[in-house]
Amino acid sequence: MSTPGTTGATAVSSTGTISRGRTQSLPGFDAAAPLLQVTDLNVRFPTEDGQVHAVRGVDYTLRSGEVLGIVGESGSGKSVTSLAVMGLLPSNARVTGSVRYRGQELLGQNDRSMSRIRGKGVSMIFQDPMTSLDPVYKVGAQIEETLRIHDKSLSSRAAETRAVELLELVGIPNAGDRVDSYPHEFSGGMRQRVVIAIAMANQPEVIIADEPTTALDVTVQAQILEVLQTALQETGAAMVMITHDLGVVAGIADRVLVMYAGRPVEIGSVEDIYYEPRMPYTLGLLGSLPRLDAPTRERLTPITGAPPSLVNMPPGCPFAPRCPLHIDECDAAEPPLFQVGAGHEAACIRTEQVAQAHGHAAEVFSETATDDVLVGDALPADLALGEGARDTNAGGPPPPDQTEPAADVADTGTVVSTHRGTTDGDRA
Amino acid sequence: MSAPTTERTGSGATGRGEPILQVRGLQKHFPIKGGGLIKRTVGAVQAVDGVDLDLYPGEVLGLVGESGCGKSTTGRAILNLQPATGGSVVFQGREIVGLNRKQMRPLRRDIQLVFQDPYASLNPRLPVFDIVAEPLVIHGLTKSNDELRSRVRELVETVGLNPEHTNRYPAEFSGGQRQRIGIARALALQPKVLVLDEPVSALDVSIQAGVINLLEDLKNSLGLSYLFIAHDLSVVRHISDRVAVMYLGRIIEIADRDELFDRPAHPYTQALLSAIPLPDPRRERARQRIIISGDVPSPANPPSGCRFRTRCQKFANVLTDGQREKCMTDDPALADRGAGHLNACHYAEVQSVL
Repeated sequence: MSTPGTTGATAVSSTGTISRGRTQSLPGFDAAAPLLQVTDLNVRFPTEDGQVHAVRGVDYTLRSGEVLGIVGESGSGKSVTSLAVMGLLPSNARVTGSVRYRGQELLGQNDRSMSRIRGKGVSMIFQDPMTSLDPVYKVGAQIEETLRIHDKSLSSRAAETRAVELLELVGIPNAGDRVDSYPHEFSGGMRQRVVIAIAMANQPEVIIADEPTTALDVTVQAQILEVLQTALQETGAAMVMITHDLGVVAGIADRVLVMYAGRPVEIGSVEDIYYEPRMPYTLGLLGSLPRLDAPTRERLTPITGAPPSLVNMPPGCPFAPRCPLHIDECDAAEPPLFQVGAGHEAACIRTEQVAQAHGHAAEVFSETATDDVLVGDALPADLALGEGARDTNAGGPPPPDQTEPAADVADTGTVVSTHRGTTDGDRA
Repeated sequence: MSAPTTERTGSGATGRGEPILQVRGLQKHFPIKGGGLIKRTVGAVQAVDGVDLDLYPGEVLGLVGESGCGKSTTGRAILNLQPATGGSVVFQGREIVGLNRKQMRPLRRDIQLVFQDPYASLNPRLPVFDIVAEPLVIHGLTKSNDELRSRVRELVETVGLNPEHTNRYPAEFSGGQRQRIGIARALALQPKVLVLDEPVSALDVSIQAGVINLLEDLKNSLGLSYLFIAHDLSVVRHISDRVAVMYLGRIIEIADRDELFDRPAHPYTQALLSAIPLPDPRRERARQRIIISGDVPSPANPPSGCRFRTRCQKFANVLTDGQREKCMTDDPALADRGAGHLNACHYAEVQSVL
């Protein structure tokens, strides 16, 4: 089932380091045929307020054995994209474009023929392990069901043996006994392991994981990420990893697709995206992340405003209202993805300016902050409150605005007016 | 912008003075009722079981841990929202544990809470003005309607919202803006201490950064102290002066921020830090990860001796049988074992994991 190229690549590296081995083999091109090719995917939902254009032209190609990370904030369309690929959207969704799995068009297929592909060709891991398992069936039965649906000749005994094997593979202790347990007898992390076992049961070529660790604690997340790596090694599958956690993507992905307002705004190798982003949104996203490994406490650079509503979007770049590099041309038309390097594309007309920041968000984003200080209309109120703070406040640092006026005024001013921007952006 | 930063760290680390809030042996047990006709208590969920904390004026104390470790319960017990079943909480010399609602009321002016979920913590049927004004009205702090109006306006501006929008309802605001409303409400009474229970967990990163910056600025300009409860250690490292790590109802390590992150001594802290993925592909892939097995044990029936031993890498792989014996029988106290800060492990050893 697994492609020869993949098994080769996997065999080279040892446990745990598998994706590191891959990143090195990836940049440039890969001779293998596209496994999953998504072209101009659009999803619209009719609502009372008009059509919500949730996905607006997503293109990507998944190569054999690679991990493609799709990142974006809530509402950016990353989950809807994957549901559309799997044909799991509600019937009122209008899906256009093309999704080809090994050259075969998936969009428009009926449920029966999709069922042959789901689980066997492309399988999915959902976010919430509490709801993606059926509470009234034993976990063993749920794994066996997946196995026997795709292989009618499989005896129930053989299916059970395989189910136990799979549970062992995903690291469930006493798998022989636990196959007869119900989902409620498992903890969240254990349930997610079962979901992964189901997803890899038929050795699919593509696993789509939609926020597989978001509902879990970090220590459990680390376990699950390791299990996922094992699953990929075992099956030689390629994976689409959808997450909002930039740390998870940094560890597991070979290539990264950044989504904003229903569209990819940047795509490139994991190193391109993290060290040399070309789209201001990507840069801003990285800059707004507090760092665990930061030696000094740098001020975060938030992106002001909020993502646009996906109903009746105005022309122009959807990020423009929040973008520090915004110029008039940005409002003329929505920029397509421009090639900015080998296998690196960004949807921005000012990628050269972004390039100069070399991944340091403060260099681009602080610009707006200083501009806003000049506006400074909200300042007096803020100072008033500082002075109004109760006089019994002797213990704490007493009104700092009096001791070192310059620094503090600038400081508070920045924030107040920046967040003013937040409101305005939202209202627009 | 760097000047206030260093000053802040300094005030947290050195010139501490008297703690504004002192927690000793805080305990919150929830009874487990048996089945049958007569409900009797058959056990207790030891959500919080002996927590000691000091919060100094102008300091941010981060309280971290995984879900179910009791960090939120600790916050609520400190505020007496869920009365503690044991221990003591002293705020500016006054004991809080055991006070009734009426006795608590004057103290509530000084200690306020910001909740995690800005969708659930704001009354959807009240316009923002009423939400922010409510504490002022309850405590009778404004003499006239004009004063109330200008005060609410001031608060709303302080948190970076447009005061023109106070006649809107929470539903009309985004998550980040709602959290700002929650913060404005908490600030209305000019408290000295804010307990922030996962204040940014429900927000997207780009929005989260704005709220974190706002919290830092408010702390500096208003001289507040924060008990910052969160599970996201990156956020905690960013905002805190000192950090306490909780596991199964206890604090297992507490230290100044950089000390804790750079020189963790407790195996759980080490595992927790090493489990967090770094948004830096090269470093992330070069890291040696400590993966601890299993899940957090039930707080209704915690392991004997050290509570972490069932998942402890050190217990499983490094210690001798004789040493393990001690872990199983002897509950390690929170003490300085040569690491330069307090931790609760018999065999604590500094190890850098980032």
